[in-house]
Order: sequence, then structure tokens, then C-alpha cells
Amino acid sequence: MISIPSTLKISLRALRVNKMRSALTMLGIIIGVGAVITMLAVGTGASERISEQMASIGSNLLIIMPGSSTSGGIRMGSGTQSTLTQDDAEAIAQECPAVSDVAPIYNGAAQVVYGNQNWSTGISGTTPGILPVRDWSLSSGRAFTEQDVRNATKVCLLGQTIVDSLFGNADPVGQIIRIKKVPFMVIGVLAKKGQSSNGQDQDDTILVPLTTAQKKIFGTPFVGMVRSITVKARGADELAAAEGQINELLSQRHRIGPRQEMDFTVRNLTQMMEAREQSTQVMGLLLAAIASVSLLVGGIGIMNIMLVSVTERTREIGIRMSVGAKTWDIRLQFIIEALTLSLIGGVAGIILGISGSKILSALVGWATVVSPLSVLLSFSFSGLVGLFFGFYPAYKASLLNPIDALHYE
Amino acid sequence: MALIETQHLTKVYELGDSAVRAMDDVSLTVANGEFVAIMGPSGSGKSTFMNVIGCLDVPTGGKYLLDGMDVGDRDRDELAEIRNKKIGFVFQGFNLLPRTSALENVELPMLYDGCPPRERRQRAMEALKAMGLEGREHHHPNQLSGGQQQRVAIARALVNRAPLILADEPTGNLDTRSSVEIMELVVKLNRESGITIILVTHEPDIAAFSRRIIKFRDGLVVSDEPVKQAEQQVKDP
Ligand SMILES: Nc1ncnc2c1ncn2[C@@H]1O[C@H](COP(=O)(O)OP(=O)(O)OP(=O)(O)O)[C@@H](O)[C@H]1O
Ligand SMILES: [Mg+2]
Repeated sequence: MISIPSTLKISLRALRVNKMRSALTMLGIIIGVGAVITMLAVGTGASERISEQMASIGSNLLIIMPGSSTSGGIRMGSGTQSTLTQDDAEAIAQECPAVSDVAPIYNGAAQVVYGNQNWSTGISGTTPGILPVRDWSLSSGRAFTEQDVRNATKVCLLGQTIVDSLFGNADPVGQIIRIKKVPFMVIGVLAKKGQSSNGQDQDDTILVPLTTAQKKIFGTPFVGMVRSITVKARGADELAAAEGQINELLSQRHRIGPRQEMDFTVRNLTQMMEAREQSTQVMGLLLAAIASVSLLVGGIGIMNIMLVSVTERTREIGIRMSVGAKTWDIRLQFIIEALTLSLIGGVAGIILGISGSKILSALVGWATVVSPLSVLLSFSFSGLVGLFFGFYPAYKASLLNPIDALHYE
Repeated sequence: MALIETQHLTKVYELGDSAVRAMDDVSLTVANGEFVAIMGPSGSGKSTFMNVIGCLDVPTGGKYLLDGMDVGDRDRDELAEIRNKKIGFVFQGFNLLPRTSALENVELPMLYDGCPPRERRQRAMEALKAMGLEGREHHHPNQLSGGQQQRVAIARALVNRAPLILADEPTGNLDTRSSVEIMELVVKLNRESGITIILVTHEPDIAAFSRRIIKFRDGLVVSDEPVKQAEQQVKDP
């Protein structure tokens, strides 16, 4: 039996003799592996980003918005006429057992000034419930209290982006900033959260007590109006129950008859995000599946070239057989040749795939993550392709009759 | 014991509805250390016979004993093993691997019997040296003359210390001087190393280097005689 290093030497020489042909054959595998890795990287990147966003938004969330959700036809007015109130929020907190925390929100945009620095940002009036609801913590200072909400105290919590742009490295806690010219005392800083699902900077925000926002910053069309209510369910398995309880309670409170349209909408944020993550994953896999077709085509290219190679080298095979090459000596020679093609192509394809992902995220701004698993997977897949498509030509070569092979013209 | 013993060997090629009897009942024995020349007109079955006793081809009928063992019931790999260990081939067309150095061509048989690389190299060098090819080790076949190529082929046939060398018109593509050189090397192998030689040729001058001439016609052995003392190219010592 011939040794592997000797076979490898023979195979490499054969590939070197037809450099151009070998390179073109490899190109099929290179493109295939590169495409698979890039597509997997795009898929993984997208779904990882969604998971990050899910974690940053907070888990088991329901958002109640004013307006109907039936957008079939002309009614697209979700959120246009505000019918939700602070009392609705309190009622939910007290009467819905599946709900653990509630945060009504009344928000708007305003100019914020500190010293000679100013910044335009979103201001949310809310209740202390916002912190547990959004899984938010403070990096310094303290949160405002129910007391602050009742008294409409002029205190605020700053997001990290605000702190960076107004204070630089100085400690903001205890300082006075002006929101729409009204002085506010900074009592705490929110921990950093990063970007939200639609690319918004979640740290570019200021939280103030709900009543302060209603009465002292923005004013309200009617007393107690809120723009939305965010609710946290006690657990993932209580989300549906919470949704049902809220629907029932608010329908009752808003006196909506059984055949009337609801004037509010309950949205399950977690579910929405999960659905998005799932569809992203499916999309990624679909892309990878399409890409692996090109890998398959590359494999067929290898088989084609190996068959040509076997035919061209029939006499060589005859000579080798006449001096004692056995069935597996011949097979091994051609299998290793095919494997070499596909594995070198695989390595080059990995390099192409990694750089392709980098270029894609630099150019189009997609988050791409090349996982070691996808590299390993596509490398072994290309090896498998070489083995699979190399075997038949090798098998064919090994079955030649020595004398026929020697006399082949 | 005879090195080669054939009993009623036949080889029939079926071509559509006609059949060619390339070998028709060949029975003969060749003892160890003999030097046999096979002659006969074109198409008389000489190459067919050589291919069968060289285990490159299987007979249609009859029995072939090599070194006392029946080759008929050996499988492909066992036949490959026999060719590797017991038989060296020298063909008219040299049959060297192109784009491969003389040295690597000679190493080829040892590649397939697991000989370690260093020993392989050393034995190949020795065989080339014995064929007077020192300094040509790294030449490729297309950089060598016909005579030199045939000597590389003989070195390859020798290198695994096969007891039998089969040469089918080894001088067929060579001029007279190279032919004589080759034949002198072959005679030396037979005399000094005791290697059994069976050689096919059309030329009486070449056949005269041997000790026994077998003549074929239409797939049959028509004569089998020792070379007369007076006609011998190389006299007995
Ligand atoms: N593969 C084959 N298929 C069909 N017929 C064949 C084949 N090989 C040889 N033959 C026939 O068998 C017969 C004997 O051929 P062989 O090659 O043994 O002759 P030969 O004595 O070596 O002739 P030459 O001196 O020309 O080399 C010829 O008639 C030839 O046509
Ligand atoms: Mg012939």
C-alpha cells in the first residue's frame, strides 16, 4: 500500500501540471464556501442583534397604545386620538393579577440646557414602574418616587448619551439642568442600553415624573392623559393572561360594547421581536441554503475535472498498475487529488467569506457575525463535497483493466 | 521447479460476432534463469502471451502456474502484488511516466510496496547506476534518448529484485547501436544476477542473444529450440 505523503505528492504534482484548470475548478468551491459563510454571517449577525435589542427593551412587555389596531381600510389612526389615562394605568396595576409593573408614559421632545451646552432630546414622563418594566437600572444616584409623581417634582433621570453630551466627564447628579427653560434637578443616571430595534439610541432620553411632564413641560389636552402604557407581565407564560385581563378591563373602563371597535391596542413586544428573530433566522438559513447550492455546483465541477483527468491519465494509471499499484492505491490518488482541490478551495473560500462579511458590514452596515461553527461547517462540507464527487472518478480509474489502460491512446 | 508453466492457455477476443483466437492452446515451461526469445509474425499472439504471463491480462482458458502457484484464482490486488514483487516489464514504448524524473520513475514499484523513502531513493540510485545512467537521475523522459529511456525502464524492472523480466520488443524503437547496448545489459542481468528473461523480438540478431527461441504462429507454438552454439551472439563462458 502506498503511503499518504507519497500519494499527496503525486496529487499535488498532477494539480500543478494543470495550474489554470485546478485554479478554475477551485474557484467553484471558493465561491460556494465564501457565499455560505457570508450568508450565515449575515443571518447570525441579524438575529444576534435582535436578541440584544430584545434584552435591552426588557422582557415580557406589553405596550398599550390609544387607537384601534384594525388598519384594514382607512383607519390607520393608532395613537392619533389619545384615550388612555393615568387612571387606566393605575387600574391595570391594581386589577390585573398577571401584571407585575406598569409604566404610563407621556412623552415629547424638548431642548435641554446645562451651562452653555444644549441638546434636543426625547423626554418621557412616567412613574417609578418604568425601571422594572424596562429592566433598567441606575448607574448612579436614585430614582424618583411615587411621592415625586404626586407632587410633580422637578427632578429627572438622564440617559448616558445626555450625560456625555451635556456633562462630559463631570458627575451630573445634584446639578440643575433646564428643560424648556424649567429648571430640573438631576437625581440619577440610567445605565447604558445601546440601540433599539429601529436603530434608535435608547440612552438619548430623559425620564421625569409623569405629572411633571404633563403639567410643567408639555401640557395636556385633558387631565391625566398618557400617550402609552407599558406593562410587564409576571412571566412569559402570563403574557397572554395579562393581555386578556387588560383588554377586558380597558373595554369596561372605556365602555366599549361587544360589537364596537376598541379605542386602544395591546401589543406584545416580546412576541413581535421573537417573530422577527425567527423570520431573520429562517431568512439566514434560506440564504445559506441557496449559497450551498453553489458549493454543490462547485463539487460537480470537481467531479467533471476529475473525470477528464482520469481519462487523460489512463496510460499513467496503466503504468502504475503494471508496477503493482492496487485498487486503493489508484483510488486514493484521485480522491486525494479531489480532496486537495476542495480543501484548498475551502480555505480560500473561508478567507473570502470572512472578508466578504467584513466588506458587507462596512459597506451596507449590516451586522455580520462569522461564527466558528459556520467556518468549521463549511470547511467540512467542502471536504465532503470533494470526497463525494472525487470518489466516482477514482472508483472508475481503479476498475480499469491494466492492459487496456496501458494500451489506451 | 519451473518458474513458468502454462497448460493449454487460450485467449479469445470477442469482436461483435467474430472471435479472434489470439492464443490457441499454448503449453510450455520456462525454468529459473533461462533466457528465452519469442519470435513470430505480426499478430501471432506473442504480446498476448506476454501479457498473460505478466499477469496484466487474464487468459480465456487454460492454466498458468508462476513459481508453482496457480495465478488463475488470484484477485486484482493479488495480481498487482505479483507484478510488483515478481515481474519486471520492459515495453517497446518504454512506458515511463511523463514529467517525472528518471529517479522517481525507478522508485515507482517501491512506492507501492511500502518501502521507506530513504531506502527507495538509495535502491533507485543503485539501479540507475547499474544501467550506466549516473548523473541522469533528475532528467525527465523527454530529456533522454530512446536508449537511455529504455535503460530507465530496465532499472525500474530490476529495482524490486523481480526474478522475471518480460520484455516485449524492447529494442523495437531503437537504432542498432542502442539495441546492442540494451541487449548486453539484459544478457548481463541474466548471467550475473540469474534473472529469468523472456523477450519478444522480430530480429534474429536480437534473438541470438538468447539461449532458447520459441516461435509463434496463429496463436500456437510452432517451434521451441535452443540457440545453436555457432549462432550465439554471446558465447557461453
Ligand atoms: N484488445 C484486443 N482486442 C481484439 N483483438 C486483439 C486485441 N489484442 C490483440 N488482438 C488480436 O490478437 C491477435 C494477436 O495479437 P498480438 O498483439 O498478441 O500479436 P503479436 O504477435 O504481438 O503481433 P506484433 O508482432 O505485431 O506485436 C491479433 O490478431 C490481434 O488483432
Ligand atoms: Mg506484439
